[in-house]
Amino acid sequence: MSERPERQADRRPPQGADSDAMRFNAVSAVAHFGPEAPLALDSGVLLTPFQIAYETYGTLNADKSNVVLICHALTGDQYAASPHPVTGKAGWWLTMVGPGLPIDTDRYFVICQNVLGSCMGTTGPKDIDPATGKAYGLSFPVITIADMVRAQAMLLDRLGIDDLFCVIGGSMGGMQTLQWAAAYPHRVFAAIPIATAARHSAQNIAFHEVGRQAIMADPDWQSGTYLNDAKNPAKGLAVARMAAHITYLSEAALHRKFGRNLQNREKITYGFDADFQIESYLRHQGMSFVDRFDANSYLYITRAMDYFDLAADYGGVLANAFKGTTTRFCVASFTSDWLFPTSGNRQIVHALNAAAANVSFVEIDTDKGHDAFLLDEPEMFSTLGGFIGSAAKRRGLPA
Amino acid sequence: MSTQDTHGNGAQSRVDLALIAEMIEPNARVLDVGCGDGDLLELLARTKNVDGRGIELSQEGVNASVTRGLSVIQGDADADLSDYPDNAFDYVILSQTIQATRNPRDVLLQMKRIGRRLVVSIPNFGHWRVRLQLLWSGEMPRTRSLDHNWYDTPNIHLCTVRDFVLLCEALDLRIDDAVSVIGNRAKRVGRPGSIDNLTAETAVLLMSRKSEDKR
Repeated sequence: MSERPERQADRRPPQGADSDAMRFNAVSAVAHFGPEAPLALDSGVLLTPFQIAYETYGTLNADKSNVVLICHALTGDQYAASPHPVTGKAGWWLTMVGPGLPIDTDRYFVICQNVLGSCMGTTGPKDIDPATGKAYGLSFPVITIADMVRAQAMLLDRLGIDDLFCVIGGSMGGMQTLQWAAAYPHRVFAAIPIATAARHSAQNIAFHEVGRQAIMADPDWQSGTYLNDAKNPAKGLAVARMAAHITYLSEAALHRKFGRNLQNREKITYGFDADFQIESYLRHQGMSFVDRFDANSYLYITRAMDYFDLAADYGGVLANAFKGTTTRFCVASFTSDWLFPTSGNRQIVHALNAAAANVSFVEIDTDKGHDAFLLDEPEMFSTLGGFIGSAAKRRGLPA
Repeated sequence: MSTQDTHGNGAQSRVDLALIAEMIEPNARVLDVGCGDGDLLELLARTKNVDGRGIELSQEGVNASVTRGLSVIQGDADADLSDYPDNAFDYVILSQTIQATRNPRDVLLQMKRIGRRLVVSIPNFGHWRVRLQLLWSGEMPRTRSLDHNWYDTPNIHLCTVRDFVLLCEALDLRIDDAVSVIGNRAKRVGRPGSIDNLTAETAVLLMSRKSEDKR
């Protein structure tokens, strides 16, 4: 029998959390799902056993009506508001999550789960396959956004949480948010998909394929079996990250931050050293990423995003995914985001209108590109804060 | 299509909003097209407990509305009404906006399709002051509710109250109620006549489909 997450022995305070995280009662936990609770994947495979690592912030109220589920992005993790155990860096959404912030930990019980297939505690390709005693590698089943969400719902069932006050997430987190609203409409009171799309575009699949090929071209990848030989396809993964990182920014932001500035030198060197600041910056982004992320997880999660096409599951009509929904939606996009542009977010809004859903839609004016949802964007805080506050009032949550 | 663009002054718009609010039944589903900063939606939510939605062209208006907790999307009357299913709303409101749409006739038809009842307020180009200005000066009239030069006005489809009533008849819309606004005073006229066409600065009309089967 697997350990229950609510058992105290399974819980530990986040590492290095003595100030910020303690202020809002941060708790790390792992839920184990044994043979009695297999996860039925879209591919037809039954995944068992598996586990989900997650963080919670704030306090669950008596009727369990104040739960906010944060869905993280491709390379994100459950450490939304607590320090990362590997890098020691502060939580990735401390601008949004905390006392008095839009996701107010004084009012809401916040859950952030590491997604299925990832590498920060939830079962993924780097974990041991009980059938072989070796790391899964490419024998891990291919997963989808719907699989991730199904696993999240199983954790909520385990925690005795019937419905969510709010589901929120940016990018791939937005895909999960849409999937939640479509698959479990009665369990979602409010949904905030940010900088996302109801289906992954050809261009975005193309970028992902470049990243995957970079990983697979690294000799240390060894057809995905690198962990058995204590190797890491760091070069390939770093290149994948560098290419992807460009897509998270905008031309205007790159120009503003770096321009053609040279890196610690007066003039160009007529060589292939990192002459330009932007090169140095990207190399740093690539090299620091490989310390915290598993290459095979990158393959699996990008694939899950590629496969995401919500309308396809509903007869090709996106509006049908939201038919009869009573969920309150707030869709948000950013003017300079060319990876998940406003047009794709607007398609979600059109579909919600066609389903006569209650929807708000804000486009935030910024030059920071796709990554804007992780950054200091006061207009995002005020609009989403207004939406969440109003939804809380409708739900009867005390101010 | 924000209210700031088309409304000449605040006092005028306040009277306009209060009049519209009076026409709305409590607990109705309402779509406010061209909702500006959401003043009317907030008034309706507070006084009539409506389930309100808004469409607004200006991003500033949308973000201000959403910050206030209102359900508003960025969009415009010409393009975005076609998304909604038939009979999605009890009321569709178009306040001081129809004169700024590209195709007012199509906008009215879409409103008629998605809403059981329509509330439209229009600046009256048939007002005596407008007529006299054109007659005496020979220049395009400017009033407190239509305060733009001809070359930079968002109001590209101005009409008189009479013009509007004729269009509604052609579209099988029944006028259930109408209010004529002069300054800060409002007068219930039931159905606007030629005197109203001369004296009303703004007209607010409540309409419904003449027959359910004709859309």
